[in-house]
Amino acid sequence: MGFDVAFLWSTFVKLGSAVPMTLGLFAASVSLGALFALGITYCRVSGGLLLSAFGRAYIFVFRGSPLLIQMFLIYYGLGQFPAVRHSLFWPVLRDPFSCAVLALAFCTAGYQAEIMRGGLQAVPAREIEAGRAAGMSGLLLFRRIIAPIAIRQALPAYSTEIILMVKSTALASLVTVWEVTGTAQRLISQTYRTMEVFLVATLIYLLINFIIVRLMSLVEYRLSPHLRERPVTASNGGRQGEVHG
Amino acid sequence: MSWIDLIGFGEQGRGGILLWATCMTLAVTAASLAVGAVLGAVIAAAKLSASRPARWLGDAYTTIFRGAPELLVIYLVYFGGSQAVTAVGKLLNYEGFLGLPSFLAGAVAVGLISGAYQAEVYRGAYQAVARGEIDAARSIGMGTLLRFRRILAPQILRFSLPGLGNVWQLSLKDSTLISVTGLAELMRTSQIAAGSTKQYFLFFVVGGALYLVLTTLSDRIFNFAERRVARSFRNSLGRR
Repeated sequence: MGFDVAFLWSTFVKLGSAVPMTLGLFAASVSLGALFALGITYCRVSGGLLLSAFGRAYIFVFRGSPLLIQMFLIYYGLGQFPAVRHSLFWPVLRDPFSCAVLALAFCTAGYQAEIMRGGLQAVPAREIEAGRAAGMSGLLLFRRIIAPIAIRQALPAYSTEIILMVKSTALASLVTVWEVTGTAQRLISQTYRTMEVFLVATLIYLLINFIIVRLMSLVEYRLSPHLRERPVTASNGGRQGEVHG
Repeated sequence: MSWIDLIGFGEQGRGGILLWATCMTLAVTAASLAVGAVLGAVIAAAKLSASRPARWLGDAYTTIFRGAPELLVIYLVYFGGSQAVTAVGKLLNYEGFLGLPSFLAGAVAVGLISGAYQAEVYRGAYQAVARGEIDAARSIGMGTLLRFRRILAPQILRFSLPGLGNVWQLSLKDSTLISVTGLAELMRTSQIAAGSTKQYFLFFVVGGALYLVLTTLSDRIFNFAERRVARSFRNSLGRR
């Protein structure tokens, strides 16, 4: 099998034009999902019995069932009811893009909520006590003490989750949203050059993932100045590294 | 007809066919786990090997099949496989399109993905085996194969159990995507039942509930297996 550079390039251009759709799905669903996840985490952590049961049930259902069936349930399932079709939400639920975003967001919210809860649990009780002793409470305590520690703890798992979300956007093609995978499938059935199209599409996904990984590690780096060696100044003679080993 | 009749086991009910489809989902996931186990072992060996090209190939494999969307891999195997089969058919003077059986295509596609994840699981498990045990085996004169069989394999299998549980859950969910090849597994069957009765909501809820049953049960089974396996570690870990 020789390499047909012209074909590879034209495939790359065609798939590249679908990248904004993939990125749009990704950005919308991850941010909406984060919002939902905050609510669910709140339910699980500080709610009463009923709220916490809801949070638990939500996480169980959305992590335990496949994304595709959730997406079909929202796109095909809800449209079945006349009440939904005549409601305020119909313009949203009629549109494949927004249905795909909703399904992706609901699904990732279940995973993200668990990650957030893990981050919160990792905040040492001593630090919270110290904050209280210094007179902080409520939002100030959360903003200055709890959130920074929790976010730092949760960030690695969060990066993994959003990388998985990039791949999950491919399912939107099954509800007729033409993102990269859907476009690749159409190209394959037009040209029958499966291998080449697959490799180009995979390359595009790897590039997107690579950029996201780099961005996330940049954020991680910014958020953990305390783990790095102190900048060398004249007064401490640069022996900081040896002390910490 | 009430909804309870639709999902029941009566003449018009889809209960029987949905249960059959659930078994099909289990079968194709199990087949993909087996395909992935073979691939995963080979790739893990490549990634751990001393040879640079082998390590490079192993890394390329896991990067591609963990980075590409699952749906894309299924298209690759299904369309690519069918093209290959058709080409072979042409050589044998058969004109016309030959499709790859959808069960085979699905098991291989999900197996390719599962192989990439299993490779990482096995690699981690290998690295968790205490070096001292390998040195001890070597010093009493065990050869490579004997060492693998007596010292490495039993421990690798135990250490990799939790990771394999995760891979199984992932594959169970990936198996829904095999529905695009037309295999009558749970996803596809729910879709057909929904379309022919126009009860989309009902059948997707029922299908989703059956998946929940599968994931919950597998979780239980893997937890049980992990506890069983942990018994053999208790002494060594407790009385260090």
